[in-house]
Amino acid sequence: MKSRYDIAIVGAGPAGMAAAAAAAGHGASVLLLDEQSEAGGQIYRAVSRQNFKDRNILGSDYYEGLDLVSELASSGAEHVTGATVWQVSPEREIGVSKDGTARMVTAGQVILATGAQERPFPVPGWTLPGVMTAGGAQSVLKSSALAAPDAVFAGSGPLLYLVAYQYMKAGIPVRAILDTTPRANALRALPHLPAALRSIGALMKGRRWIASLRAAGIPFIKHIEDLKLTGTDCVTGVEYRRGKRWRKIDAAQVFLHQGVVPDVNLAMAAGCAHRWSAAQLCWHAETDAWGETDIPGIAIAGDGAAIGGALAAEYLGRIAAHGALHRCGCLGRAERDSLAAPFRRALAGEMRLRPFLDALFRPPRRLRIPQGDATIVCRCEEVPAALIRESVALGCLGPNQLKSFSRCGMGPCQGRFCGLTVSEMIAEARGVGVAEVGALRLRPPVKPLMLEELAALAVEPVSMPGKR
Amino acid sequence: MRRIGRDDAPQVTIEFEGEPLTARRGDSVAAALLAGNHRSFRTTPVSGAARGPFCMMGSCFDCLVEIDGAPNRQACMIEVREGMRVRRQRGAGDIGLGHSTGGGREDTP
Amino acid sequence: MASSTHTADAIVIGGGLHGCAAALYLARSGLRSIIVEKDHVGRHASGVNAGGVRRLGRALPELPLADAALAQWRNIRDLVDDDCGFASPGQVKVAETEAELQALKARRETLLAHGFGHEEIIDAKQLRELVPALAPHCVGAMRVRGDGHADPFSTMQAFKRKALSLGVRIFERAPVETLQKRGGTWRVTSARGGLEAPVIVNCAGAWGGRIAGMLGDYAPVEVQALMLMITERLKPFVKPVIGAQGRSLSFKQFGNGTVLIGGGYRGRAEPERNLTHLDFGGLAANAAAAAALFPAMRGARILRCWAGIEGHMPDGIPVIGAGMEEGVFHAFGFSAHGFALSPIVGKIIADLVATGAADLPIGAFSIGRFSRPAA
Ligand SMILES: Cc1cc2nc3c(=O)[nH]c(=O)nc-3n(C[C@H](O)[C@H](O)[C@H](O)COP(=O)(O)OP(=O)(O)OC[C@H]3O[C@@H](n4cnc5c(N)ncnc54)[C@H](O)[C@@H]3O)c2cc1C
Ligand SMILES: Cc1cc2nc3c(=O)[nH]c(=O)nc-3n(C[C@H](O)[C@H](O)[C@H](O)COP(=O)(O)OP(=O)(O)OC[C@H]3O[C@@H](n4cnc5c(N)ncnc54)[C@H](O)[C@@H]3O)c2cc1C
Ligand code: FES
Repeated sequence: MKSRYDIAIVGAGPAGMAAAAAAAGHGASVLLLDEQSEAGGQIYRAVSRQNFKDRNILGSDYYEGLDLVSELASSGAEHVTGATVWQVSPEREIGVSKDGTARMVTAGQVILATGAQERPFPVPGWTLPGVMTAGGAQSVLKSSALAAPDAVFAGSGPLLYLVAYQYMKAGIPVRAILDTTPRANALRALPHLPAALRSIGALMKGRRWIASLRAAGIPFIKHIEDLKLTGTDCVTGVEYRRGKRWRKIDAAQVFLHQGVVPDVNLAMAAGCAHRWSAAQLCWHAETDAWGETDIPGIAIAGDGAAIGGALAAEYLGRIAAHGALHRCGCLGRAERDSLAAPFRRALAGEMRLRPFLDALFRPPRRLRIPQGDATIVCRCEEVPAALIRESVALGCLGPNQLKSFSRCGMGPCQGRFCGLTVSEMIAEARGVGVAEVGALRLRPPVKPLMLEELAALAVEPVSMPGKR
Repeated sequence: MRRIGRDDAPQVTIEFEGEPLTARRGDSVAAALLAGNHRSFRTTPVSGAARGPFCMMGSCFDCLVEIDGAPNRQACMIEVREGMRVRRQRGAGDIGLGHSTGGGREDTP
Repeated sequence: MASSTHTADAIVIGGGLHGCAAALYLARSGLRSIIVEKDHVGRHASGVNAGGVRRLGRALPELPLADAALAQWRNIRDLVDDDCGFASPGQVKVAETEAELQALKARRETLLAHGFGHEEIIDAKQLRELVPALAPHCVGAMRVRGDGHADPFSTMQAFKRKALSLGVRIFERAPVETLQKRGGTWRVTSARGGLEAPVIVNCAGAWGGRIAGMLGDYAPVEVQALMLMITERLKPFVKPVIGAQGRSLSFKQFGNGTVLIGGGYRGRAEPERNLTHLDFGGLAANAAAAAALFPAMRGARILRCWAGIEGHMPDGIPVIGAGMEEGVFHAFGFSAHGFALSPIVGKIIADLVATGAADLPIGAFSIGRFSRPAA
């Protein structure tokens, strides 16, 4: 790693790989940083490992990633693996740790392509061992070819059905799929159907997964309204409610999913402006047509800005790369526009389906905001819902104050699995909008940093105590 | 969890709670433990509740274990190495500092 | 709401610990006050500080106040119905060389000459017993028993709650916009409407200089963004608060296991926008100081870093006392060590307002010590 690059990209998922490949070869020095040990991001995780002989298990969409990985490898961009980025400053100094050493790299242009994470799904028992996210289940499937027989899949959204479908293809028995998609969502999604129909292929894919799961005799129980995971040291069962009736099934492994949301920590800590998206129920970065944020020289591409899926992420990565190349003087305006044009068209096509999906898989309020008092909201500090409501009653106005009222959001995950819940809970309790309540104020390091790494950081202090 | 797919991957042996555990090269520590059917990786410093990996992508910090004596390591983000010693993280991290004997909550003249 | 006028015996500007403490003591003297706070109570220095309660190393003029404050902290529950997380495991300032130890001894002599005997010198062996985790090269230390720390947040909330229960009114999100005197009455305009009172108490922290200017006084406040960092939870290993003679360091472990590391390292403040920016160079120097004294901490992980906006005076001691105009009182510019003093300064201000005099020496803190630079 050098200490300065023209363009630095954080995240080697589809957005970051495409951005790096597109940016390289125009005379700019390009750095791509990712904490994983290989390129791929979430969707294409471990794609170059060839863990499965049978490509039907993970499906052809997954192996599409191989093209991007090889395009990146031959692009001339410098890809550093195992590199955790813990800060990006407004001056575009990137704090990065690799192999126990932290350093600061400066870039003329930064593209954040940190992708998405799964939405918090705070139901009773969601902290029990044996309960994982569906994405987590897929991660070990892709990278280590591991699967849990007889698992229960619970929640809603394409990724949930996809992972169950991948399990089925791998011959792993699935105990049940408990679908929490509310009945009313179909109606809400209807107005978006005509636009979505123009992406009929993608639309049918999801339907096919569900149909195959059902055809294979896997119980697919729809319209589940409440969910509870039970057990003491590990999960042993799932209780669920449809209408008035509670039922229970045994399960030693439960995979939860309630859609994905942007991983905003790095961008927010840099100070990039975000706004509340009522459609996706999460924070979206404010970006222009080139992905650039309100901080000059910092752009965001892919699911890290707003959820659009892997193909959209790829196109956005290429568009952001051309924007960055232009800003650093490597591409003229006209050239930039014409190079980006095909990706803009492809992006527009890809985004046609999104409003339909957002409406169809919109998680219901009662599964975003814990109904019971004892349900844990902040996994790290084990803060129950009751304490959050009490804090609001005592005058807590927002998530930053809540930290001191309850330690909520002060653990190592830095609010990744409670931030959205908390903003929504406070908004509900105060009877105001989420935008007014705001998000947790995030600060670097966005990932924990060892004291000795920080101590060895070769950066001169701007001032020392006692001296002016 | 059960291993599927190819079975020609090179093996690595690590130690978990003093017992040998066979893993595959390229496994994360979390994957190796899950393959050994260990679901609980640690107890929390707040209530002592058991926890295991949740997100498997470095976001939730629930997979913390002790690796070669160093506490609070993210099992899902660290690859196995031959001979690696892994232990459950029990409560708060112990960085091997002598526990204070002097002082106390009150230290008044 | 915006057009109504609220009246009181005193208007306190700033809802930090000093504003709340002043209002609380005013209420105890039978005076009704209104706190106007531009953000929310405890949003700035008072809510994000390190909570250190120390006499160790304080400037001489502050010592009588620090002594009196410590007595209040020991019985803080009597004042605010909450223990504020106060603990007194002592504070220790480590010497790493003989020369540093000599300097500490000289300081002790100076204090003794002024009648203060709280700073003791301990040798390497005593130090090791007290703090086994310290690096072995340390040769001795200054120790002050009875010093300690409290939890800034619960302290802030307890002071606020108690003030409210005594009838204090608090207007949050109400920046003071103008200040005018008509007859014997100060008139304040804010987003929450007009306020009138014969007395203004300026507890505006880092913004205290600005408010002082609006009141006809002058104080050169330097606004600083002091940085702190905190680790993940670790098993308990150190009880006293640790500082160092030769390094800028403040180091303490809380009951929950987290370790707070600071030492006066500065980021960049944008007080107009309520923003602070971290300087990782400074944080690195701070981390290096901590790692040098606690080698076993090297592998501990820093979870969060932050900075708080604080007002510093050129001579490092605050402004406390009456202003030039009748009915004006100041308590600001605490220069990174005002948390510990807040209960006593609240009492002093209330005494000044109620009786015109304080029972502790405060001459050194007069705002008159600064003269306006020639234009
Ligand atoms: C667990 C999971 C599994 C998914 N699986 C699928 C799937 O199978 N099919 C599908 O269509 N969609 C899937 N998605 C949705 C997915 O978000 C998008 O399809 C796609 O991966 C988005 O691409 P991206 O480039 O925006 O981000 P990502 O692919 O998420 O890539 C982001 C990359 O940034 C890296 N990163 C993040 N923060 C840092 C940091 N601080 N330092 C260094 N590196 C960092 C990550 O390691 C990651 O490699 C999944 C999402 C998740 C969360
Ligand atoms: C990081 C850090 C660590 C510290 N550690 C310690 C320690 O260990 N021990 C110790 O003793 N001290 C410590 N201090 C110092 C201590 O926190 C402060 O001296 C003390 O909190 C000051 O209290 P205050 O009420 O004067 O100021 P503040 O808490 O800053 O309150 C002033 C208030 O005035 C408000 N205000 C300003 N202008 C206006 C206006 N126009 N209208 C309305 N309201 C206005 C502000 O919004 C603010 O809330 C530390 C400070 C920091 C920043
Ligand atoms: S399982 Fe979530 S961080 Fe490792």
